[in-house]
Amino acid sequence: METAAVEYGLVLAGTLFVLGLISVLIRRNIIFMLISVEIMLNAAGLAFIAAGARWGQADGQVMFIFIITMAAAEVSVGLALILQIYHQLKTLDSDAADKMKG
Amino acid sequence: MIHLLWLIPTLPFLGALILVLAGSSLTRRTAAGIGCSVIGLAALITLLIGYEILTTHTSAYSDIAWHWFTVADLSVGFSFRLDALSLVFLFVITFVGFFIHVYSVGFMHDDEGSTRFFAYLNLFVCSMLILVLADNLALMYLGWEGVGLCSYLLIGFWYEEAKNGYAARKAFIMTRVGDTALAIGLFMLFGVFRTLDIQEILTKAPQLWSTGSQTATVIAFLLLGGAVGKSAQLPLQTWLPDAMAGPSPVSALIHAATMVTAGVYLIARMHGIYELAPLAQQWVGIIGAVTLLIAGCSALTQSDLKRILAYSTISQIGYMFLALGIGAWSAAVFHFMIHAFFKALLFLAAGTVIWSLHHEHDIFKMGGLRKRMPVVYWTFLIGAGSLAAIPLITAGFYSKDQILWLAWASARGGLWFFIAALLGAFITAVYTFRMVFVTFFGEEKTHAAHLPGKLMNIPLTVLAILSLIGGFIELPHTFGHVTWMSDLLLPVLPTTVLHEGAESSEIMIQIIAAVVTLGGVSLAYWLYIVKPSLADEVKSACFDIYRLWYAGWRFDALYNTLFVRPFVWLSAINKRDVIDQFYTGLASATEYFGQTFSRTQTGVLRWYIMGITVGAVIILTLSLLLNP
Repeated sequence: METAAVEYGLVLAGTLFVLGLISVLIRRNIIFMLISVEIMLNAAGLAFIAAGARWGQADGQVMFIFIITMAAAEVSVGLALILQIYHQLKTLDSDAADKMKG
Repeated sequence: MIHLLWLIPTLPFLGALILVLAGSSLTRRTAAGIGCSVIGLAALITLLIGYEILTTHTSAYSDIAWHWFTVADLSVGFSFRLDALSLVFLFVITFVGFFIHVYSVGFMHDDEGSTRFFAYLNLFVCSMLILVLADNLALMYLGWEGVGLCSYLLIGFWYEEAKNGYAARKAFIMTRVGDTALAIGLFMLFGVFRTLDIQEILTKAPQLWSTGSQTATVIAFLLLGGAVGKSAQLPLQTWLPDAMAGPSPVSALIHAATMVTAGVYLIARMHGIYELAPLAQQWVGIIGAVTLLIAGCSALTQSDLKRILAYSTISQIGYMFLALGIGAWSAAVFHFMIHAFFKALLFLAAGTVIWSLHHEHDIFKMGGLRKRMPVVYWTFLIGAGSLAAIPLITAGFYSKDQILWLAWASARGGLWFFIAALLGAFITAVYTFRMVFVTFFGEEKTHAAHLPGKLMNIPLTVLAILSLIGGFIELPHTFGHVTWMSDLLLPVLPTTVLHEGAESSEIMIQIIAAVVTLGGVSLAYWLYIVKPSLADEVKSACFDIYRLWYAGWRFDALYNTLFVRPFVWLSAINKRDVIDQFYTGLASATEYFGQTFSRTQTGVLRWYIMGITVGAVIILTLSLLLNP
């Protein structure tokens, strides 16, 4: 099977990562911020897969499984936090949670 | 018996220790009992040891009681040495100290802090005994500072009144000036001899230095500085009149009989150094002569009973310094002993008078106490007679006459020393009997409320007897010729060198001294009994001099301008502490940056993410640029 050039994979991963980052920065809704973080994680995972395919190694795929596991843990903790924030502040606006300013 | 020497300073120390640790749980009676009995025991042991020394003709006994410290090759122990000089001091400290303790039981009976009082007093006696028994200069310095500390504590004993605290601090600081000189002197001695052992230094000194050696002179002057501070001599004499703020027994014990004579002891002990430094020795005499005159003049004008006695003490120690300065070593020690008797007596009697009159110090508000308080009157009269050196019957005559004669006859004496001493004797007679006549004669001005009990009368009587008969242990050549005192001191202190043909003049000098003393007494009688108005006329005629003398020759004002004010001025400038500015600056800079950076902690999550992103971009960019 003809493999796609590794550059495409990396460019796609980079683009996804930057999109995720921008969306984390501009979104104020915490759920959307969480989704954006997931996009960034998957972008990183994609970069591993592409690199692993380029070198013909299994390491990239191993890393991706790690990332999925970690993302699952992260989402569960994140959702719990979101529930708490909503419970306390009655809003999902992340800017409202600024009680810890110096 | 002599091996019990170590007990003599240890007993008072134990007394102080018990009173300090368990004082609050003891009744005042028990505390006073402990305070007195330890000194009484020490006095008893002194008596037994003294008897043994005198009968067996032991010239010196040394004993290392305990090891103190070792640094490199210097080893300092609690080593005591008893010879004739320290024996005389030992006798005076323990016996006069014991009687003053007994007197204090009566005097401090109603005082809340009498337990504390006896604790301090015992500690004082312990330090003073260490001072005179010490065989090395480091241990002597321990005692020297110990008595200074106790003097401070006891002057400020009634600390509720601010002025007592000031007097205590003044005494402490003024003597500290002298002590600094003494400490430097000790360092120099150690630097030269590599030892602080007194006997070793005295033996080695003549081998190392020729007479008039520069180092010897400098060291002698530094030691003199210490002696001048402790003994309240010119120019450090101003603390003693103020030290009268303490209770009267303290004035009697510390500021008359024992501590203030520590300077005399120091110079007598280190006489070998002064023999090698004639210039310093001459200055000892000059300081003594000038001090005895200026203090005598001040005593003439005071109206506070205790201040008169304080100036008189300065003046009498001036006599001792004069005697040391002309090489009349044993005469100085003899006068020290007699002075301890009669001055302790005078202070105790004055304390009784003041105590009976509800703390009235002004002699012009007293008067007529002769009939009301006969015991105090007679004992005070005997003490005063001894101080004024009434011929033949008082002890003071024999001791002072010896100094007067030696001031004339000693090879190191001279006409000026003699004139100063003679003039001093005249002034002494005048102010002493002024004090007696104004206080005890005339009409009663303040009613004596409570009369002293046995506890106060017995010490007065004993000291009065000593002030009368104490002089008979040393009678002049012209009659009697008893030389027990100088014989005793012969192994320790060198004899006085007389200039040629002086012996014949002794009887003349004695007659002159007697006439001068009696003249002084009659002048006081004339001025204060026969024609009291005349005294006021004289006072108003020479009012400027009167005021100058009253203020102690304005030494306080002088020191105030020279030292205190510039110091206060400097401290006012440096109120904010220049050095401290650096550390304050450090602290405020930290605080400033802390506040500034805490603004970046906005609490807004997206700002933090932005920060992380920008940081990551910068680090990535830099790493790409630097490692292509």
